[in-house]
Amino acid sequence: MATTTLTRRTATVAAPVARFTGTGHLVRLALRRDRVLVPIWLGVFVMSAAGSAGATVGLYPTEASRVSVAATINGNPSFAALYGPILDPTSMGQVSLFKMSAMGAALVGLLAVFLVARHTRAEEETGRTELLGAGVVGRWAPLSAALIVVAGALVVLALLTAAGLVGAGLDAVGSLSFGLSWLVTGLAFTGIAAVAAQVASTSRGTKGLAAGVLGLAYLVRAVADGSPNGDLVGLRWLSPVGWSQEVHAFSNPRWMVVGLAVVFAAAMVALAYALVDRRDLGAGLLPDRAGTATAPRNLSGPFGLVARLNRGFLVGWALGAALLSMVMGGLVANIGGFVDENSRPFFEALGGQQGLEDAFMAAEWSLIGVFFAAFAVATLLRLRGEESAGRAEGLLASPLTRWGWASAHLTAALGGAVALLVVAGVFGAFSTARATGDDAWWGKVAGAAGVQFPAIAVLAGLTLVAIAFIPRWAVGVSWGLFTAFFLLGEIGPLLELPTWMLDLSPFAHTPKVPGEVVSAAQLGGLVAVAVALVAIGLVGYRRRDLEA
Amino acid sequence: MSPVIEITDLSKAFGAVRALDHLDLTVERGEVHGFLGPNGAGKTTTLRVLLGLLRADGGAVRILDSDPWRDVATLHRRLAYVPGDVALWPNLTGGEVIDLLGRLRGGVDRTRRDALLERFDLDPTKKGRAYSKGNRQKVALVAALASDAELLLLDEPTSGLDPLMEEVFRQVVAERKAEGATMLLSSHILSEAEALSDRVSIIRHGRVVESGTLAQLRHLTRTAITVDVVTVPAGLADVPGVHDVRVEPHGTGARVTCEVDSDALPTLVDALAGAGVHGLTSAPPTLEELFLRHYSDDLAGVR
Repeated sequence: MATTTLTRRTATVAAPVARFTGTGHLVRLALRRDRVLVPIWLGVFVMSAAGSAGATVGLYPTEASRVSVAATINGNPSFAALYGPILDPTSMGQVSLFKMSAMGAALVGLLAVFLVARHTRAEEETGRTELLGAGVVGRWAPLSAALIVVAGALVVLALLTAAGLVGAGLDAVGSLSFGLSWLVTGLAFTGIAAVAAQVASTSRGTKGLAAGVLGLAYLVRAVADGSPNGDLVGLRWLSPVGWSQEVHAFSNPRWMVVGLAVVFAAAMVALAYALVDRRDLGAGLLPDRAGTATAPRNLSGPFGLVARLNRGFLVGWALGAALLSMVMGGLVANIGGFVDENSRPFFEALGGQQGLEDAFMAAEWSLIGVFFAAFAVATLLRLRGEESAGRAEGLLASPLTRWGWASAHLTAALGGAVALLVVAGVFGAFSTARATGDDAWWGKVAGAAGVQFPAIAVLAGLTLVAIAFIPRWAVGVSWGLFTAFFLLGEIGPLLELPTWMLDLSPFAHTPKVPGEVVSAAQLGGLVAVAVALVAIGLVGYRRRDLEA
Repeated sequence: MSPVIEITDLSKAFGAVRALDHLDLTVERGEVHGFLGPNGAGKTTTLRVLLGLLRADGGAVRILDSDPWRDVATLHRRLAYVPGDVALWPNLTGGEVIDLLGRLRGGVDRTRRDALLERFDLDPTKKGRAYSKGNRQKVALVAALASDAELLLLDEPTSGLDPLMEEVFRQVVAERKAEGATMLLSSHILSEAEALSDRVSIIRHGRVVESGTLAQLRHLTRTAITVDVVTVPAGLADVPGVHDVRVEPHGTGARVTCEVDSDALPTLVDALAGAGVHGLTSAPPTLEELFLRHYSDDLAGVR
């Protein structure tokens, strides 16, 4: 693939139009490939937004009630940092969708990243672009087709979301501005992913790079929104996630921000096209360097191999975890300063300074637990990825057993999650203890980190069961379950779903530490479920045919 | 001594598709056994069952006196496998993959590995994504042939190799055979199986339809004869076992071409006795012809 060297500079390629030849056919191909996946994802987003809005609209009928609840939310800096503040307390839309604005926009950005990677680098990596590229297909056509499909999907998402919000009882102009606020972040990350797909040489690398930028963008706006007295709120303009807030949906919409996103995305896409012209098919921006002729000592058994395969992924996550927990830890110390007079009674009811800090820490860690479960799912799904790529076949023809191979991946997923909890715990505890001058945080943070593990293990167990029994659907089902559990925790209470439904999520059974009393039975129950799932998964994986 | 591979009545279905349909196959110790069939006949499925990657629906499979489904770890120490479609990790070098597979089997014979790298002209420092199909194939070949496995399962091992490398492959296979290794070599390249195999089995629609030494299978085929004669014997076309007789003028006499069943060869020679033969060429049957005969009705169906 990479040996077919066809480096061409812009000047030597055919007329610009010819470089787009075949785009229409590729668009139809992509639409056909996405005909199930994308509608499902769009449906999840639209229902989440409309569901949140529908559930809240009736709760705060008067402007006074909205101002009061907004003051409570805005008075809590942990909410402001995690979700962004309510910019206009009088606005029904702002109050009802505050959890879905920045967070929702970031998830839309993530969707854009996945879709772009799926249609660009993943196609190239598997050699399908080569197959198509040998036909009458211009050099820019694969990227153009991907961008058209993804941008189209995002526009449809924005419009459907707006329609859903109108249906939930919000005003039309505000609903449209909210849909567009999601589009802003989505388009920006479509452009960023297009560039990442040229720089990285694998689809995993593409997603990692673009998602890393997304994480950083989210962090920047969290710092902006969490800064005391809004000192740093201008930083929001540096973050494409912050731009979605700057649309001021449901307030006085600034439509120009949409233009900013379009210009930014266009610049990114232009950069991506320029990079396409400067690199070989199959190669990244950086040339492949020769590696070692012999394997290092640690690349020996299944564990060595799996460790090697996941090394970069884990290091990336660990860096992100360290950075996030340093910043978030520092926020704790300022928490009392955020509380204004209006929310003082609420603040006291929560247990004053101490109680609020604990609640903030617990809320932060329950989110961290969910994120690290995503790491465990992604890492364990490699077990299936190696199989569908045809690489497991050669390994399992060696004395390596199915159990040995599955156990190595399970160890990487769970061991990696533990490592991340330790990293986030140490950095979080260090920064919090230093900022508050209270060493009690070391113990509290250790507890908060430790209680996250059982739910993560349950997610890993479910993923393993999916790989064992429904291998072809394992990726979709695992991520679907993860998303469902995440949404149950985030917006389930808002939708006033019955308790039994909320309890379906393993995260619902993680105690809120520090603050809540840890129930050994509850954690033990999660561990027992995880062990049972892993056992079922291992047996099932041993007993089934290896799929090609 | 029991056979290295003994398959009786093996069946395997994928949903409604019967991939293997009561397949029987025996491979004796020390032989190179050609496993011939067109794409989709069930060659790879058979090999995957032998490796315990797929579970048999019915029938009995013994390989190196073990059950391939149960005795994975102990059995796989004694065999090596080259998949038909070699997939490598994009960020691991060829050398790393060869070492990894060797270590999984219990150790790498460094001298042998380096000698094979040299002979196959393979650069072990390249990353997996940078190899061409032929070079990926070489990585798997070196990994398998560098082992001291007593049984080698090779699934279309030369696909993607150039003729020079095919020749190297044949030499190495001959050396391993001389050392006593048993090999099951699946292929649709007949000349390859013909050059290497002691015995061949022909698989079709998931069932072995012919099995035996090349000599045994040749009785099924016809020898092509071209003979220059002074006078054409009368009734040549009526000799039993002689087919497709064609006569054309040649010099002062005639040139006769025909095909003859191997067991009818003496009768033809007798018939030509008084014809004044002054030139004769005979082409022994190739596996191609043998193969074509088995698939002629498939081909006829296509036409």
